[in-house]
Amino acid sequence: MNGFKSWLFRPGVGSTLILALVLLVLLPLTLDAFRLNLVGKYLTYAFVAVGLVMVWGWGGVLSLGQGVFFGLGGYAMAMFLKLEASDPESTKIQSTPGIPDFMDWNQLTELPWFWVPFKSLPFTLIAVVAVPMLLAFIISFAMFKRRVGGVYFAIITQAVALIVTVLIIGQQGYTGGVNGMTDLKTLNGWDIRTDSARLILYYVCCALLLGSIVLCGWIQRSKFGTLLLAMRDKEDRVRFSGYDVAMFKVATFCLGAALAGIGGAMFALQVGFMSPSFVGIVPSIEMVIYAAVGGRMSLVGAVYGALLVNAGRTLFSETFPDLWLFLMAALFIGVTMAFPMGLAGLWEDKVKPWWRRRGAERKAQKEAIAAAHAAYPDPPPKPPARPGSPSLPSGVSGQQA
Amino acid sequence: MSNTDFALAVEDLSVSFDGFKAIDDLTLYIDRNELRVIIGPNGAGKTTLLDLICGRTRASGGSIKFKNEELTGLAEYTRVRRGIGRKFQTPSIYENLSVFQNLEVSFPKGRSVLGALFFRCDDAVKARVQAVAEEVGLAGALEMEAGLLSHGQKQWLEIGMLLMQEPELLMLDEPIAGMSARERELTAELLQRICRNRSVIVIEHDMDFVKQIAHKVTVMHQGKILAEGTMEKVQNDPKVIDVYLGH
Repeated sequence: MNGFKSWLFRPGVGSTLILALVLLVLLPLTLDAFRLNLVGKYLTYAFVAVGLVMVWGWGGVLSLGQGVFFGLGGYAMAMFLKLEASDPESTKIQSTPGIPDFMDWNQLTELPWFWVPFKSLPFTLIAVVAVPMLLAFIISFAMFKRRVGGVYFAIITQAVALIVTVLIIGQQGYTGGVNGMTDLKTLNGWDIRTDSARLILYYVCCALLLGSIVLCGWIQRSKFGTLLLAMRDKEDRVRFSGYDVAMFKVATFCLGAALAGIGGAMFALQVGFMSPSFVGIVPSIEMVIYAAVGGRMSLVGAVYGALLVNAGRTLFSETFPDLWLFLMAALFIGVTMAFPMGLAGLWEDKVKPWWRRRGAERKAQKEAIAAAHAAYPDPPPKPPARPGSPSLPSGVSGQQA
Repeated sequence: MSNTDFALAVEDLSVSFDGFKAIDDLTLYIDRNELRVIIGPNGAGKTTLLDLICGRTRASGGSIKFKNEELTGLAEYTRVRRGIGRKFQTPSIYENLSVFQNLEVSFPKGRSVLGALFFRCDDAVKARVQAVAEEVGLAGALEMEAGLLSHGQKQWLEIGMLLMQEPELLMLDEPIAGMSARERELTAELLQRICRNRSVIVIEHDMDFVKQIAHKVTVMHQGKILAEGTMEKVQNDPKVIDVYLGH
């Protein structure tokens, strides 16, 4: 029991449990199927935000291109779903039946070679993680080994985001172009568009997200996490303590990319399509805003950040569609100016000390009253306590009168 | 000539920055268990020499042999793993971590990515941290955030972090800069203790301190070695008096 209690109060455990409660119990009970699916969509961005906490908050490397990895994971999943939706039976009106519709429109007559492995679900699931990681490895290995960092790295990730978007839009026959991949229907024969499927996918998404948080929390508490903090502070000292600093940054960047890829795949599954509008520069920057609003040092905070900003977007863009971008910018500037550590920082620095102070005050008050009682064994006459409420603390006895 | 007996053999080392020769055909041998002090006026190339040995700067020519193995061309972290420790001029510690964590991170195990993930701070590590903390006089401050230490304590902490690595060659760049008289004394004692089973190179300006610790002194000037020997010999060398001590 004591072991359980000390485990519960370990940093990160309590907040993760509360988040699990909110995601797994509170939201499904209070929201209808449509809204819950929306939350599921927001949670896919939370994967990216959690990755950014590791890459940016802990690793000190700002990436403005996480949309690329989100997109790669999403496209990998979407390719599998699209192939399944393009069986010869339902595409028999095409000039080449059995290939995705957009390929047929672009005069392709057979499936491109890199599409073929995506007929296999196990391969797809591996690719969802492996493809983003591979690209992340190439980019970050080339950059970090040459000691490119800081703002230069951020600019390069922006460039990558732009390049990948242009590539996806330009290669219409292979990628579906600007429309992306639409009409995704089934996963191994299981219709993903029904309410029950969406509920299951929501829970899968939550489970994966909570698993990612636990994994990242474990990494943060390991020596790897300590080293990340040390590197952010004095990179040279870490290097001259015998560590290959670049490889640690590469590993962190790949971790962020893998998480983003999982988020993208869950997005394709829950929303039913994937398009380049989730890959480019703007979505990549928005993803950084989620982490900034939630708190870039807090894994759980990043999830709340993603949820709140997206809920705000849905709310405001329904009412003032033109104003949303400005509001978002104002939110970002406001948060970084007023609370550099985001909502999580606000919680740690303001709410928690206030709560502790209140607790201490209450305790002091109780002790003072107890001391007063001890000093005057015959207390001044009090209104007779009502039978049946003997357990009321002395502090509220006035209410009985 | 055989170099095998030396801990460190630097031969014909040169480096130039935009045509300016910061180190010019320098040759230097350090014995095992020797404490060598390098002195010289500002801009003589003392720090650059340490940078070259630890790999922060790449040499344009010459060789650096450590325990008879060539170092030039190796990455910094490989040189550290071979047994070279370097303390920087300004105390270079992790301000946001505790003193314990500062020392723990410097423990020479779990240095690869996976190794760091699965590294466990077991009793051996804790005992080593405790021992080193006692050596540098920080045993009472293990849980303190390192940024809150005094300047002198930060210098000691960095020396402690190097001792965690058990280097065979320790290079200290101005270890007593900004220290009080009492702290200097303690540092001198510390240096004399730690050079018993390793070679130490110290860059220092404070002549009293140099006299206190040095086995041998090397005077550098304009990227070259001007004189080498005991403190008395160096102090009486007319060339040295001319460029440095006479000022």
